[in-house]
Amino acid sequence: MNSAVIVFPGSNCDRDVAVTLADVTGRAPVMHWHGDPDLPDDLDLIVIPGGFSHGDYLRCGAMAAHAAAMAGVRRAADRGVAILGICNGFQVLCESHLLPGALMRNRDLRFICRDVHLRVETTDTMFTAGYAPAQVIRLPIAHHDGNYVADLPTQCALEDEDRIVFRYCDAGGKVTETANPNGSLDNIAGILSESRTVLGLMPHPERLADPRLGGTDGRALFVSVMEALS
Amino acid sequence: MSTQQQQKTEPAITPEIVAEHGLTPDEYQRVLDILGRTPNLTELGIFSVMWSEHCSYKSSKKWLKTLPTTAPWVIQGPGENAGVVDIGDGLAAVFKMESHNHPSFIEPYQGAATGVGGILRDVFTMGARPVANLNALRFGAPDHPKTRHLVSGVVAGIGGYGNCVGVPTVGGEVDFHPDYNGNILVNAMTVGVAPADRIFYSKASGVGNPVVYVGSRTGRDGIHGATMASAEFSADSEEKRPTVQVGDPFTEKLLIEACLELMATDAIVAIQDMGAAGLTSSSFEMASKGGLGVELTLDRVPMREDGMTPYELMLSESQERMLMVLQPGKEAMAEAVFRKWDLDFAIIGRLTDTGRMVLTWHGETVADLPIDPLAEAAPEYDRPWAPTPHQPVVIADDVPVLPWTEALVALMGGPDLSSRRWIWEQYDHMVMGDTVQRPGGDAAVVRLHGTDRGLAMTTDCTPRYVRADPVTGGRQAVAEAYRNLTAVGARPLAVTDNMNFGNPEKPVIMGQFVGACRGLGEACAALDMPVVSGNVSLYNETEGRAIPSTPTIGAIGILDDLDRMATVGFKAAGEAVIVIGETAAMRAGGGWVGQSLYLRDLCGREEGAPPPVDLEHERRVGETVRGLIQAGRVSACHDVSDGGLLVAVAEMALAGGLGVTLDLAPATAALFGEDQGRYVVTVPAEAADAVLSDLGDLARRIGTTGGEAVAIGGEAVPLADLRAAHEGFFPALMGDEIVAS
Repeated sequence: MNSAVIVFPGSNCDRDVAVTLADVTGRAPVMHWHGDPDLPDDLDLIVIPGGFSHGDYLRCGAMAAHAAAMAGVRRAADRGVAILGICNGFQVLCESHLLPGALMRNRDLRFICRDVHLRVETTDTMFTAGYAPAQVIRLPIAHHDGNYVADLPTQCALEDEDRIVFRYCDAGGKVTETANPNGSLDNIAGILSESRTVLGLMPHPERLADPRLGGTDGRALFVSVMEALS
Repeated sequence: MSTQQQQKTEPAITPEIVAEHGLTPDEYQRVLDILGRTPNLTELGIFSVMWSEHCSYKSSKKWLKTLPTTAPWVIQGPGENAGVVDIGDGLAAVFKMESHNHPSFIEPYQGAATGVGGILRDVFTMGARPVANLNALRFGAPDHPKTRHLVSGVVAGIGGYGNCVGVPTVGGEVDFHPDYNGNILVNAMTVGVAPADRIFYSKASGVGNPVVYVGSRTGRDGIHGATMASAEFSADSEEKRPTVQVGDPFTEKLLIEACLELMATDAIVAIQDMGAAGLTSSSFEMASKGGLGVELTLDRVPMREDGMTPYELMLSESQERMLMVLQPGKEAMAEAVFRKWDLDFAIIGRLTDTGRMVLTWHGETVADLPIDPLAEAAPEYDRPWAPTPHQPVVIADDVPVLPWTEALVALMGGPDLSSRRWIWEQYDHMVMGDTVQRPGGDAAVVRLHGTDRGLAMTTDCTPRYVRADPVTGGRQAVAEAYRNLTAVGARPLAVTDNMNFGNPEKPVIMGQFVGACRGLGEACAALDMPVVSGNVSLYNETEGRAIPSTPTIGAIGILDDLDRMATVGFKAAGEAVIVIGETAAMRAGGGWVGQSLYLRDLCGREEGAPPPVDLEHERRVGETVRGLIQAGRVSACHDVSDGGLLVAVAEMALAGGLGVTLDLAPATAALFGEDQGRYVVTVPAEAADAVLSDLGDLARRIGTTGGEAVAIGGEAVPLADLRAAHEGFFPALMGDEIVAS
């Protein structure tokens, strides 16, 4: 599987996800500079990593969405290349309109870094085929702006089209208000595009993909993509 | 405004202007002697910052020189931007701790944020990629009207900077004491990793080589920050807000990547970050270390605004800036790297053989100073000091006895021992993907990228011990750091010291400093942990009241095999709980209650001599415990510190979510005494006898894991109650505080 990681000034999880991709796929990803509109033609997966692109002093991801490389990402998305946006990457994908909705400041107005439980809401995607339906997994979040919002028609479409991929839940899998770390609409932690080839999520699957770091629940996401695309 | 006009409008140098620059009449006379003439304002400003306490260490140097700084594994000791230690496999750890106390009190978010930025630069300046941040924070009383605002702002500032830069904040410590009400402490530490044979230094060389400015533009922020950091606080200190710099972590991130990219080539001769006293101290130190002169054309300095003067350019403390000396001919290549990262790059001068610093501004010389005489004549004081009087030993029988169940819950839910989760969940402690042991344990452990080895790191100091007896307190700070590293299985390597004290012109304060240095030095020597870097922050006083003396120790250690790493939490029911390192008196049920948290927080008595620290005992016990961990014989390990034995055991129970039954007499001194040199470990039941017989008198079995409570005899505290108290303190204190940003 050929993958690329887009590197913006201020990306800081680019290396982390590259390590996971190399580990899972056996092939290091291309680290693609934000200013270059021409992505390699043979990519199977493009990752928009976490971090603070351009400092995120404006709305998170707003400047990155206008980077030259994002034109290339958009063309690749149109061709059906898989796109994965993690944390800041999710914000960039929303700002690029490759995914609907927006990510606002956390409900408590604080940065939150902790492990959360997520319920896998659909396994009908190349990203989650390796999980069991309704499986409860544990992944870290680390963000200041992860509070997902969308208008009612969007929310209904996401629900009706089975495009909500992860919801924040408690350890037993119950989706509750207290299990919602950031105030996200309907406890939404990750969503798909209409084409089901673009996934954005706030939690960091690359941070729990190595037993040394205390868990491997994130690894299955990368394995699923690889198995779907190889 | 033309240059001529500017020169004309410069004020004449009066005794008032000299005093405003923090120079004493004696010091000013030295300036006149060196120059043989009256300095102009720019020159006076340069003397003022170079001879400030902050930059010259004039009160502390005499005593800092007594600290042990060498070992076979030390590559670079104090005197550079950070200390460097060989950690094997061709790698070096680069680390330092630095205070940002005064700015953080005036403007907590930016003060703390720029503290993090400054210490990061000290580390990557030396060629290391920063891999972890830690911070040691001291606030006033929790119920003081300013405390919540300061906690909120400092934590948000540290997080705001570190999270954006993408370096995990993995550990540290937080204390509260009313004597920090008017002067909080924010000590930030960065640890970086570099190839051991690719360390970069600040010593300039090569006459004619270009001097290059990179990073952010220079603005008017932070002028005279170093001077502010060298004076006591007064009621009008908040008027000094303009001297606090504003941080830009995004630019810092770009600067890290650009510098490391250029450092992979052979273009850099010397490099120095612009920290306190900005362009002045960076250019001065580089030339001084190289025995050279330097010419700077100040109108080439990238500026943030029009109308800046040479005085302002030389004294600005704008953040995220670096000064480099390049190999000739490498300018274009270096410029391309910095332009790629959208950073300013300007050749602002060159090295000379004159031994002088010559500054020009639109073709006119605006300063001309001899470098060596200025550096050599920097004042160094042997300030009078008074030894701290010995405190009486508090007799255990004189201490009120509270039911142990109530005492345990109160201590675990109190300001000093409660969970710091509210703080560290605001720090990204996992970015970079190598945090093997997260905050909340004895030491944080960060994997060396791409290997199965790890660096352990911790910060420690118990200010109430230092105030009562600075020699013992100094020893204890190092010994506790040694224990925290040992408790995860690491071999301690070296320390950085961040000396926070009051006004050194007062003999009582100076006596505390002298005593603490002696204690630190003895412990560093006995435990083989040399001091490789440090920072001194004096004049931490408000309205004449000094902070408790706080010589914060930051320490690192190496784990050669991450499979042999210990953690705090109980692992399984039915395991033996063993305390290691007790003396005969402790085994007989005694305990040291003087200066304990029990005495202070539950009896309202902050008094007595602190527990003695037997360094030979520390070392023997530490080596024993490390041996057990490295042999895989223990399932959990925790050192005994604040709160004593019962608190240590309760922390292990909470971390593991598993209770314990202790076979102990519920004597206050035995449960809550803070005797040093002890660890608690768990051992699978079948292996317990062997461990106990191997350790002899050094170890004693005190209980068995299991259940859902901490139980002694017929009494028990349910873990759920303990957890509620432990986790509840910070959210209750901070709950509705509006977040600063």
